[in-house]
Amino acid sequence: MRPVRDIAIVAFGQTDHLRSTDELSEVEMLMPVLHEVLAATGLKTSDIGFTCSGSSDYLAGRAFSFTMALDGVGAWPPISESHVEMDGAWALYEAWTKLLTGEADTALVYSYGKSSPGSVRDVLTRQLDPYYVAPLWPDSVALAALQAQALIDAGDTDEPALAGVAARSRESAAANSHAQLSGSVPQGDYLVRPLRTGDCPPIGDGAAAVILAAGDRARELCERPAWIRGIDHRIEAHSLGVRDLTDSPSSRLAAERAGAFERPVDTAELHAPFTSQEVVLRKALKLGDDVAVNPSGGALAANPMMAAGLIRLGEAAARIHRGESDRAIAHATSGPCLQQNLVAVLEGEPS
Amino acid sequence: MASAPSPEVLRAPLVVEFPFTRSLGPVQSAFLTGLRERTVLGVKATDGRTLVPPVEYDPVTADEIRDLVEIGTTGTVTTWAWNHEPRRGQPLDRPFAWVLVQLDGADTALLHALDVPGPDAVSTGMRVRIRWAAERVGAITDIACFEADEGAGSGESGPHTGEFSDPVTGIIAAARLDYTYAPGRAQTAYIKALSERKTVGERCPSCHKVYVPPRGACPTCGVATTERVEVGPRGTVTTYCIVNIKAKNLDIEVPYVYAHIALDGADLALHARIAGIPYDQVRMGLRVEPVWTEGARFPDHYRPTGEPDADYDTYKELV
Repeated sequence: MRPVRDIAIVAFGQTDHLRSTDELSEVEMLMPVLHEVLAATGLKTSDIGFTCSGSSDYLAGRAFSFTMALDGVGAWPPISESHVEMDGAWALYEAWTKLLTGEADTALVYSYGKSSPGSVRDVLTRQLDPYYVAPLWPDSVALAALQAQALIDAGDTDEPALAGVAARSRESAAANSHAQLSGSVPQGDYLVRPLRTGDCPPIGDGAAAVILAAGDRARELCERPAWIRGIDHRIEAHSLGVRDLTDSPSSRLAAERAGAFERPVDTAELHAPFTSQEVVLRKALKLGDDVAVNPSGGALAANPMMAAGLIRLGEAAARIHRGESDRAIAHATSGPCLQQNLVAVLEGEPS
Repeated sequence: MASAPSPEVLRAPLVVEFPFTRSLGPVQSAFLTGLRERTVLGVKATDGRTLVPPVEYDPVTADEIRDLVEIGTTGTVTTWAWNHEPRRGQPLDRPFAWVLVQLDGADTALLHALDVPGPDAVSTGMRVRIRWAAERVGAITDIACFEADEGAGSGESGPHTGEFSDPVTGIIAAARLDYTYAPGRAQTAYIKALSERKTVGERCPSCHKVYVPPRGACPTCGVATTERVEVGPRGTVTTYCIVNIKAKNLDIEVPYVYAHIALDGADLALHARIAGIPYDQVRMGLRVEPVWTEGARFPDHYRPTGEPDADYDTYKELV
């Protein structure tokens, strides 16, 4: 179903993603990115119709941590604002639906996460089923490793192929000045076998922001808007043992509902923090070798929690803005082993 | 009023710890009570599959499901991962394999640890059995781990009422996360100034308001605040309340007064306790100054300066 209103990503900005940013509070890290997207469109905060953000208290170790970051958007006089305790890709989804209602013509979406204050592998265990799984403290790498072994057993990949995904991603990231890991990165020792350090994303701090606009407003603000032709997000059973870890039916269904399979795409920005997850997503999203997958380097090059999914949407949009892509899909994930997945289809108008 | 230099970054340990108390539904209660009794229960899903660990709502149809089945304590590894560096809270403190195990009689797999000497001793398809914890309380950790098993398994399962004497109806899920908190540039400067018994704010370059404590951004203009400004030490009570409830672990007699105080030169009121004056004589406009105690990191309280009260117009914007 075609959306009732044309909505586009008209600006995208991101921080350099760093292992640690102790000298900056969240709002101090975020503000330059907000100013970057505002400057790119010439909008002032008072011009923005709706603001939506994504972040997580568990990363910050503090309740209602997002309220401090709100200082960076100029929330007085009062603004129309919302927050998701998720990756900013889901904040973008909320903003998109807000614009679809016609109640706003522009939206500012941002997200940020500092993993450096805590241990992200431990922090992520707290999102698991609290009755049967979380008491065992299985960390995010361990769960991804179970998925990787399932793929190897199924004959879908092997360790050299996974190393190839890692190498290609970090080579692509050499052209991305914001990336945390780029160029030739050693595959390293096993972190949790069969995953080596090279198969895993860097842990880092970072932020991203996007501006959405509807219809003619988008054409005024951007030379070549990245039109959102569809977005959908789906979730699978939370119990890992119920799922087929070698497949991602939720990604496929989200892509289908977003219209991804109606015509070929030239670019795919996939939020695959682990090499093995790219294998799953390529299959689920039916991506051929002719599609440029993660030309930004993807989450293997920079994976700021809560921002990495929004960055996939932003990177795909930026390629359309620059005329390097005509039709792209962007994907974001959340939860263990690709539990939740969001897929958007972005297009540029023929020039 | 110099532009703020970047001070040495402050850091402090921050521990977030909470014993989450969670109640169990009927299926979860039966399953966890069963573990205490060395009995593994699954639940029949709408499509006929036996789900282990059991859930209360069908993962496909979302129908409520209640038909319990007793299944085996042996099973087959469906996938695994070798964990050579166990982390805090994990089932074993020596290298082990994470495994998904499909127990005999079940159609889905359970996540747990497998105790084997090394990665060469584990493979997908290997047979394993439950090693029970010596002391069992009705929790997933009543399964200490899995261990290798030579048997073929009976595959038998049968209905179970789920009824046990003294059923477990809740769990306490202890959660602890360790952080190193770094307050960022603006708040670091504020805290460092306090150590010299000074209070500093930052001025917004756009609206020129001075924020105390500074958070690095002007919430009205959405821009970075950079110009450091010393404020106070004296200030004016803008509003207050009388506290009549004694807080736990707080050695202050009630009633006492808690107030918003606009320090001289600041455009945002701080809050602090007022003392040195009977509680029922505190008023808006009262002029106050900080009282420091030896070794304290912030003023213990504020007391009257003895000056005439401030005119309402001088602080009405800050009420």
